[in-house]
Amino acid sequence: MPPALQIEQLSKTYESGFKALNSVNLTIERGELFALLGPNGAGKTTLISVICGLVRASAGTVRVHGHHWTEEYRTARRLIGLVPQELTTESFETVSATVNFSRGLYGLPKDPARIEQILKDLSLWEKRDSRIMTLSGGMKRRVLIAKALAHEPKVLFLDEPTAGVDVELRRDMWDVVRRLKASGVTIILTTHYIEEAEEMADRVGVITKGEIILVEEKNALMRKLGRKQLVLQLVEPLARLPESLAGYDLTLAAAGDELTYTYDSQGERTGITALMSELREAGIHFRDLQTRQDSLEKIFVNLVRQSQ
Amino acid sequence: MNLHAIRAIYAFEMARTWRTLFQSIVSPVISTSLYFVVFGAAIGSRIQEVDGVSYGAFIVPGLIMLSLLTQSLSNASFGIFFPRFTGTIFEVLSAPASYFEIVVGYVGAAATKAMLVGVIILVTANLFVDMRIEHPLWMVLFFVLTAVTFSLFGFIIGIWAKNFEQLQFVPLLIVTPLTFLGGSFYSIRMLPEFWQTVTLFNPVVYLVSGFRWSFYGQADVGVGLSLAMTLVFLAASLGVVAWIFKTGYRLKS
Ligand SMILES: Nc1ncnc2c1ncn2[C@@H]1O[C@H](COP(=O)(O)OP(=O)(O)OP(=O)(O)O)[C@@H](O)[C@H]1O
Ligand SMILES: [Mg+2]
Repeated sequence: MPPALQIEQLSKTYESGFKALNSVNLTIERGELFALLGPNGAGKTTLISVICGLVRASAGTVRVHGHHWTEEYRTARRLIGLVPQELTTESFETVSATVNFSRGLYGLPKDPARIEQILKDLSLWEKRDSRIMTLSGGMKRRVLIAKALAHEPKVLFLDEPTAGVDVELRRDMWDVVRRLKASGVTIILTTHYIEEAEEMADRVGVITKGEIILVEEKNALMRKLGRKQLVLQLVEPLARLPESLAGYDLTLAAAGDELTYTYDSQGERTGITALMSELREAGIHFRDLQTRQDSLEKIFVNLVRQSQ
Repeated sequence: MNLHAIRAIYAFEMARTWRTLFQSIVSPVISTSLYFVVFGAAIGSRIQEVDGVSYGAFIVPGLIMLSLLTQSLSNASFGIFFPRFTGTIFEVLSAPASYFEIVVGYVGAAATKAMLVGVIILVTANLFVDMRIEHPLWMVLFFVLTAVTFSLFGFIIGIWAKNFEQLQFVPLLIVTPLTFLGGSFYSIRMLPEFWQTVTLFNPVVYLVSGFRWSFYGQADVGVGLSLAMTLVFLAASLGVVAWIFKTGYRLKS
């Protein structure tokens, strides 16, 4: 079974001469939730736009469920749903009219029951006869999602779906995403809220300056790149670190009562045992200890910084 | 063939017509009636007959052509410009619909609206003056061809325009003058010879002349030439539209 998405050597140079995508290779398996992370201007939207046929590729190919994205555009596009980053909705149309329009555009006959289900899932059913311009921004966002789901896509792109959305709506949205994922839909998501990716994604890709610099299973990424910290609460506050501990990556909290040791959990040896004996020799005692792991956010920031 | 897509676009555009009923249908009818009153009554009291047809009846085909042209242009250009302007065009461009289907949807709706207005004007005019249609099939042919051709032309303008000013520019500064100078309200044979020759460079002359011939059997230029010219405009518009989609001009970066 061909993968949901197979991107090969995809490049895009805009007319201005700006190279927004540089030979991107990426394979996304069916049913996975893939989070694409990257700073502003990294090329996330460009990548999605090229796949969806909104921007022409300068080079490379995309296959959707094995179908070439321009030669077999009808089959390929029929599989794709897109929720764009910008809030681009009609104004004067009603919610149900615009969602029905989307379904027709994708070549499907009317299916009121299906549309009703989609609108209900997104808490839009009450608003079905409202004109879109009378809705709030968050509601418009829901309308865009409903439109993208109207033709029952198998591969869904969510380009920053939770930008400017309140907590409740975000939770709703993630419920919908979870349900879609459970029904086998492949989801590609870009977001600046990294905790979302951390919570939801199966795999994470990081893009900067048009290049994918990393693709990794989320859990493995967190293990591999996440540095760990050991935090020690001291019995007696220290004025400064003793000389004997200079070789360790230690920081002393301002109050002098907390010592933080940062180490690489994947490293050959973590250095914890040695540190403990050094501490004992220096006469430093601690009341309590805990370990912390880097969040995906921190990993991400480090990665992007390194690549620059 | 994605018939559902054509129907979706067509129905969407037509829904806009009904929603803005006054603007799309009532107002062109009112303004045409005004032309009718002004030209028909004021000038008609001086000019009794043109080619054996009362002046009031003489101007009916020209009036219908005038509204057919302006309506086709403005409907089609606005219909495609607006989604470009708001960004909602992304959905049409990423849908599994061919360019042909997209054009049929937009241009079909624009032409339908224009023809609707044309028919209403025809019916209204019939209340004011005695008219006859000698060649109804030709009349329908010119009517439909003109609506489609100028809707395609409007579609091109809607894609070319970068802002609302440019959108108004071509219809207002080029097409309306050409229509007024194209013999809508007079026979070009009433002009001095020099201006008759100049007028022959005006494409609208051929449309109006052919159309009027289908009513009264009289024309400024041969009906075959009129038809040929109409088909040339149609082919040219189709060519440009095909090129637009082939290159993604102003639609895809
Ligand atoms: N039509 C265009 N012409 C020229 N350059 C463009 C065009 N569209 C985007 N770019 C440039 O391409 C780069 C990538 O833009 P893109 O929108 O893909 O970034 P992004 O990763 O989605 O950013 P964000 O997180 O801000 O949404 C940016 O530097 C942008 O300025
Ligand atoms: Mg973006």
